[in-house]
Amino acid sequence: MAEGEATGAAFPVRRGGQPQEAADPASDARWQRLEELLAGRARQPGQLIPLLQEIQGLFGYLPRPALERLADESRLSLNRIYGVATFYAQFRLQPRGLHVVRVCVGTACHVRGSARIMQRVQEELGVGAGETTADGIFSLEPVACLGCCGLAPVMMVDETPYGKLTPERAQQVLRRYRREAMARQGRDPVAGAQAADAGAACDAHFPA
Amino acid sequence: MAADEAAKAGFRTAAAPQDWVRLSVDGRELAVPPGTSILEAARRAGVEIPTLCYHPELTVAGACRLCLVEVEGARNLAAACATPVQQDMVVHTESPQVVEARRTVLELLLQNHPLECYRCERNGDCRLQDYAYRYQVEAPRRPGAVRHFAPDDRNPFFVRDYDKCILCGQCVRVCDEIQAIGAIDYTRRGFNTQITSAYGQGLEEAGCVFCGMCVDVCPVGALVPKYALGAGRSWEKTWRRTICPYCGVGCAIELAVKGGRIVGARAAHDSPANAGKICVKGHFGWDFVQSPDRLTTPLVRRGGKDGPLEPASWEEALHRVARGLAEIREQYGPDALAVLSSAKCTNEENYLMQKLARAALGTNNVDHCARLCHASTVAGLATAFGSGAMTNSIGDLAQAQVLLVIGSNTTEAHPVIGLRIKEAVRRGAKLIVADPRRIPLTRYADLHLQLLPGTNVALLNGLAWIIWKRGWYDAEFVAARTEGFEGWSRAVEPYNPEYVSKLTGVPVQALEEAARFYAQAERAAIVYSMGVTQHTSGTDGVLAVANLAMLTGNLGRPGTGVNPLRGQNNVQGACDMGALPDVLPGYQKIEDPAVREKFGRAWGVRLPERPGLTVTEIMDAAARGQIKGLYLMGENPVLSDPDAGHVQQALQRLDFLVVQDIFLTESAALADVVLPGTTFAEKEGTFTNTERRVQKFMPVIEPVGAARPDWQILLDVAERLGHRWDTRTPAAILDEAASLTPIYGGIRHRRLGPAGLQWPCPTPDHPGTPILHTQQFSRGKGLFYPVTYRRAHELPDEEYPFILSTGRLLFHFHTGTMSRRSPELTTHRPWERSEINRQDAARLGLKDGDVARIRSRRGSVLARVEVTDRVPPGVVFMTFHYRESAANLLTAAALDPVARIPEFKVSAVQVEKVAPEQAPAVPEEYARCMRPEARV
Repeated sequence: MAEGEATGAAFPVRRGGQPQEAADPASDARWQRLEELLAGRARQPGQLIPLLQEIQGLFGYLPRPALERLADESRLSLNRIYGVATFYAQFRLQPRGLHVVRVCVGTACHVRGSARIMQRVQEELGVGAGETTADGIFSLEPVACLGCCGLAPVMMVDETPYGKLTPERAQQVLRRYRREAMARQGRDPVAGAQAADAGAACDAHFPA
Repeated sequence: MAADEAAKAGFRTAAAPQDWVRLSVDGRELAVPPGTSILEAARRAGVEIPTLCYHPELTVAGACRLCLVEVEGARNLAAACATPVQQDMVVHTESPQVVEARRTVLELLLQNHPLECYRCERNGDCRLQDYAYRYQVEAPRRPGAVRHFAPDDRNPFFVRDYDKCILCGQCVRVCDEIQAIGAIDYTRRGFNTQITSAYGQGLEEAGCVFCGMCVDVCPVGALVPKYALGAGRSWEKTWRRTICPYCGVGCAIELAVKGGRIVGARAAHDSPANAGKICVKGHFGWDFVQSPDRLTTPLVRRGGKDGPLEPASWEEALHRVARGLAEIREQYGPDALAVLSSAKCTNEENYLMQKLARAALGTNNVDHCARLCHASTVAGLATAFGSGAMTNSIGDLAQAQVLLVIGSNTTEAHPVIGLRIKEAVRRGAKLIVADPRRIPLTRYADLHLQLLPGTNVALLNGLAWIIWKRGWYDAEFVAARTEGFEGWSRAVEPYNPEYVSKLTGVPVQALEEAARFYAQAERAAIVYSMGVTQHTSGTDGVLAVANLAMLTGNLGRPGTGVNPLRGQNNVQGACDMGALPDVLPGYQKIEDPAVREKFGRAWGVRLPERPGLTVTEIMDAAARGQIKGLYLMGENPVLSDPDAGHVQQALQRLDFLVVQDIFLTESAALADVVLPGTTFAEKEGTFTNTERRVQKFMPVIEPVGAARPDWQILLDVAERLGHRWDTRTPAAILDEAASLTPIYGGIRHRRLGPAGLQWPCPTPDHPGTPILHTQQFSRGKGLFYPVTYRRAHELPDEEYPFILSTGRLLFHFHTGTMSRRSPELTTHRPWERSEINRQDAARLGLKDGDVARIRSRRGSVLARVEVTDRVPPGVVFMTFHYRESAANLLTAAALDPVARIPEFKVSAVQVEKVAPEQAPAVPEEYARCMRPEARV
């Protein structure tokens, strides 16, 4: 479960959009493969979770049209499938961003102010926990512990941990990733060039 | 006798008493069948163990932990609902340890529960409140983290208050297990678990059918109908049992009454017809009873045909009725008069109406709307079996291994029978749906035979051909129980799969598979409805159904049969009571001198000998000026009959029209005298549902204004025509009917308990007949009657390229006069949404919600369209619920030659897009019924 706190909303409001939405069924071989997966297996008892895993394997997440096909074929309601999909932390209902930002909200980080980190990260990205930014660059996931409590508060971008964070440092890190990503996508070559320099200067992730 | 004893104790078990398990509960020794839960055992012994998530009609969840009990020798407390009894178990249900555990559970629930009982709908009727009181649980003073979610009030029917939800999951299970929709589930399980639909959709998008059964099972105030908010405390309401006034299922329901007004509805659990189930119309469709539009006083036209309808006393109105009818009889003879009885009225009232026609007016011109729905069933099944009714019971559909549903949109038109079909599928039955449309049942079907409208006979003959040629038929049954097989087989010879596939559009392989499923099951049932009957070949379609069942021996046993689903709550009863032009009560032929003699003697009159006219013939005769006077009771032919424009002209041409109804309907507006009748809720009587179950009901409220029960009005009219009948109560009227009607011979009001009685019930000690034709057919041997495919009367051509099919929507009923006055129903479905296929729509430039003009050779209407795959290309589907988009201006009065039923299911039409401004307005009397938030 991505959501760690009561949001007050009746359901997660997706502010980020679905940047890497699975493509048009007609032109995408993955949808053909989905039909093959469903054929013969969808109605077998006990196949729901394995099928959800394989669908996620196929698309990187669980696209709604794929779950709708699964509902049609399995005779399970979409609502039942959604209930299962939202129960297991392993299932994602939205495509993940290019970079996954995991902000630790565990005990040690909490004591060292992870709430402020989390708040700044959410402000910076403009998304809530479990969501993906509209430009498809970041997904934000709160996690319970990253295993380096001595560096609290900690966040991890993809496989790289950033420790002893302040809200400002967290913001800087994220901006750097964004500049790099945009440069690579050719969206802003000038910023991209700058980002490359900035990246070189930013190797020391753990200031003393 | 084991089974008897078990049944007496309320158990369904095969175990003999000597095998029962003995245990002690709170010091009481008891014996129960093996497999019984501790909870059930304790309840039988009168020990009430508290539960929040348990419901006897649902699977056991074991989620609430409130039913924990102490079992001596066990390590932990056991959940009584989920623990089966064991020999010599010693159970304590209220030991200190148990009470402590329950207090803890309740404290935790109360931590997350608003303690605003004063404004909660369920105050005084809330299980959480009851148990917190019973165990004297203190309100939590220092609550920890509390969940808070905004309530979901997006639909017009009910509110889900998440803060009050205790997550017992009864609503989830009733939606999944009984309704088989699964519109809701636990989502985001964990601290923030909510019961929602996928992706936070509103229930409307999630497939919810708004039966409201979730509301009925909610143990707290989390699910509450909007109509109930502020409308009465639990202790101010009295729940009174009655029978639902909508379709032919005949569900037992309870209406809540406060201060003489109805303020709520729910299912009753004591009738086998619905067994505690209910649909959206039964739950939310009762407002019409108290509509300000109800007729509360008789109306007369003092200034002649062109004068206005003015309020009058009963004395004046009845006098005018008697005089008007008598004058026509004297001047033109009795056959210039006709009456239309009503499938909405009781058996007693229908009996009186046909008696009035035959004995007091002297004509057999009596008919009712059954002509328009199942006249072909009555004719066809009477020919084949000798009895024109559903052969089996609703309850035993769930025992079928294969169900062939043809021409029945069951989940929408007979929703609670739809639940039985889904239950059968859940138990592993195969479902074959034959329907031109992709109706909701196709989701549960193994095979959908999407035949072209009007090709039922070809399809059914084709299935029979395969079964016959492959040798899958029941030769023994055919030889022993039937006749006419030879002649029939010659007629079926041409219907090979290739030919049938060409006629029907159903692939050969699907035909083969369907035939194999149906023929090879030990128990296979056919369910059909107006998709079979409402054709010019309707009677042939019914005969073809009967032939198929006889061929495979699927008759006379549980889980088999030929099961026509009747449309109106009492259309079966209205037919049974002889509101038909050719038969007296009990289908006794008017042409039989002995029958006439019997009734004539009882009624003290000489009965007219020749069969009278049918509904459609009456309208024709009126248009020609042959029928001069018409007495309509509870029917609205201007909207319900085919070629509505013609009907209106016919009614206008009459010298004298009496309409007895609850509203000033389109037909009543043309009347010379209008008599205010009463609804089901204001009278006493019996209804006979589609499975021949005669059910009694009592008044729930007093008649509104000066309205009178229809049986009283009929007695008064008869008296003024010089026939004082001394059957002055519904019970006495039914006694007289039963004395003359062998199939009702043993039916008396005092015998009718919650389960009613199923006819034939010939004698006062007869238990009723759940399954017909078990030993022999009513006519002796079943008759194979050869039928051949004939094309519909009107097929699409260049000018009118679409086939129009008409039918019903789940959320409305008939001409809408009842259902459109429900704030919930009318807000949810305010206007017609004619279905048109995606491809056709694209070609015509029509999008969802656009307005189209639909035109036939008879007339034209405007309606919004819904672009969908539910109808195949070339077919347009309309309901007949909306008078501003009246489908029956388009249909033709083309009749089946035998049953005289019109072909509502096939007409040729053209469709064109028009400007959105041309959308027909919702009529004012319905627009003002909308829920406040929906009125703009």
